[in-house]
Amino acid sequence: MKAATGRAPSRLDATFTALRARHERALVAYFTAGDPSLALTRKLVVEAARRGADVIELGIPFSDPLADGPVIQRATQRALAAGVTLPRVLELVREMRGEVSVPLVFLTYYNPILAFGLKAFCQTSVEAGIDGVIVADLPPEESGPLRAEAMAAGLDLVHLVAPTSTPERMRKIARASEGFVYMVSLTGVTGERTALATEELAQQLRALRAITTKPVCVGFGIGTPEQAALVGQLADGVVVGSAIVRLVERHASSAELLNRVGDFIAGLKAPLRGGS
Amino acid sequence: MGRRGFRTRYADLLRTYAGRPTPLTDCGRLSEHLGVRVLLKREDLAHTGSHKINNVIGQALLAQRMGKRRLIAETGAGQHGVATATAAAMLGLGCTVYMGEVDVARQELNVFRMRLLGAEVVPVTTGSRTLKDAVSEAMRAWVSEVETTHYCLGSVLGPHPYPWMVREFQRVVGDEARAQCRAILGGADPDYVVACVGGGSNAMGTFAGFLDTPARLVGVEAGGDGLESGRHGASIARGVPGVLHGARSYYLQDEHGQILEAHSISAGLDYPGVGPEHSYYKDAGRFEYVSVTDAEALEGFQALTRLEGIMPALESAHAVAHAMQAAARMKKTQTVVVGLSGRGDKDVHTVGLALDGRPGNGLGGNGHGGAR
Repeated sequence: MKAATGRAPSRLDATFTALRARHERALVAYFTAGDPSLALTRKLVVEAARRGADVIELGIPFSDPLADGPVIQRATQRALAAGVTLPRVLELVREMRGEVSVPLVFLTYYNPILAFGLKAFCQTSVEAGIDGVIVADLPPEESGPLRAEAMAAGLDLVHLVAPTSTPERMRKIARASEGFVYMVSLTGVTGERTALATEELAQQLRALRAITTKPVCVGFGIGTPEQAALVGQLADGVVVGSAIVRLVERHASSAELLNRVGDFIAGLKAPLRGGS
Repeated sequence: MGRRGFRTRYADLLRTYAGRPTPLTDCGRLSEHLGVRVLLKREDLAHTGSHKINNVIGQALLAQRMGKRRLIAETGAGQHGVATATAAAMLGLGCTVYMGEVDVARQELNVFRMRLLGAEVVPVTTGSRTLKDAVSEAMRAWVSEVETTHYCLGSVLGPHPYPWMVREFQRVVGDEARAQCRAILGGADPDYVVACVGGGSNAMGTFAGFLDTPARLVGVEAGGDGLESGRHGASIARGVPGVLHGARSYYLQDEHGQILEAHSISAGLDYPGVGPEHSYYKDAGRFEYVSVTDAEALEGFQALTRLEGIMPALESAHAVAHAMQAAARMKKTQTVVVGLSGRGDKDVHTVGLALDGRPGNGLGGNGHGGAR
């Protein structure tokens, strides 16, 4: 996994290596940072890791989340309205890093990173304890400047493969992606779907496996333990976002928030343990 | 349909369906009033009432050629939405138009037109509920339906190849205007070419025809309540480089890279960025950019209406207003071409409210326009 670039194994590499050795699949849990507040995000992340999340994705809110459906759009707007900024999210990560040992990955859009400065973003993120970054609107063709800074700082830049990606493009994306390859399960934006196109998904995943040995995590549209189990038969990891964020939205002001989210995480992780 | 066939079909439709070439009007009274010669490139006379039809016919033909059965589009003022709905009707394609809720209210006439043409109009309720959010929502819909649907983007915005493709479909405006200028001016080129800039498709298409002439090319941004007020759409004057909707360009944004809301009386200029090629030519020094406030645009609207009997779209009224201001600094022998990107019928309600506080009565009294 690391031989190609000669870099030292990252926390993401170590996590997927360990999971593979245990024949286990990763649960990647997403939270929008600052929804409903930065203090609660911290508690939610700690609880998620405690209840079985193997990797945590933290969304840095951006005013125009093009790849996101209504649930994460609303979470983003709540976080921005509460005054959440990238420097404050970095501060949160720095403060909570001692309480969580799982890899933490930022998910955001290019403009907040550009405004912060590519080099400063990569260095500050790594110093705070961030392991990787996914930039939803950054195609590999345009990722050179960020990749250079990310590699220098030791931050894994994760790229996305779409159902419409051609084999040639998948090869390029898989080669560029560090930590894991993020495979988007459907053509569309984030948000739970009642049914997944498992046949197409399996086919696309086979094509991707033929190209790369890097871990592949599948996301978009997955919101139930049943769907997680299905995707877990094919992929190294399952990303769940909107379903968790919806739960946070529903119980934001309730004392039950942490329990509800924790139980849900545990339910998603159960079918991903052991087995094949 | 081979490449040659495509170009022939496109040219035929521009001529026989869109009504091209549009005239270049030599404005007698306005020229006399301002003391310089004003020529208007009359995109208001193109089918559907604006330059938007040029790009839409091109993209609709491409969509058909790619086997797509539906068009989706964003719209601000409604002109691009109407043009897309029109082309969809002509070619028998389905059509959905995303439009900010704020714009649905202030451009009601165009919403009716789109629905009459058979298009579905989806009000966008997120963010600033104007053009920027309509683009975002159209892109989200597009990725979900990409196999069957073509996103007919209406300006020189978005990811490649849109900025380039839309400019190429709009350059007919500039190419025609240049040839028409030479015919009117005895082989000479104009001294100034002025066009309004929201996303910038009309300006880009117009300027493309004059790039290799000595003409000064001036883009006019929406000054809203004035640049100092913070309520405007002047992305080049006040924006910083950023990335939105797949393009790196000047955007209005805060220090953390969050995109700010634009403000303009004109729905078509209400976008917090410009097409990337505008940023390029701004940095290269080839294009100049100025801004015109809502109040000044209203003066331009009234002046052109009273002096020439031509009611401009509020977007185009920004270009008229700047030409009027710039005339004071020009020599009497100089010529300015103003891009009249669209007709003003859609804005009568807004103008009435702005002038008299009553819809549609803005031109009823004395003292507006002509006397200035």
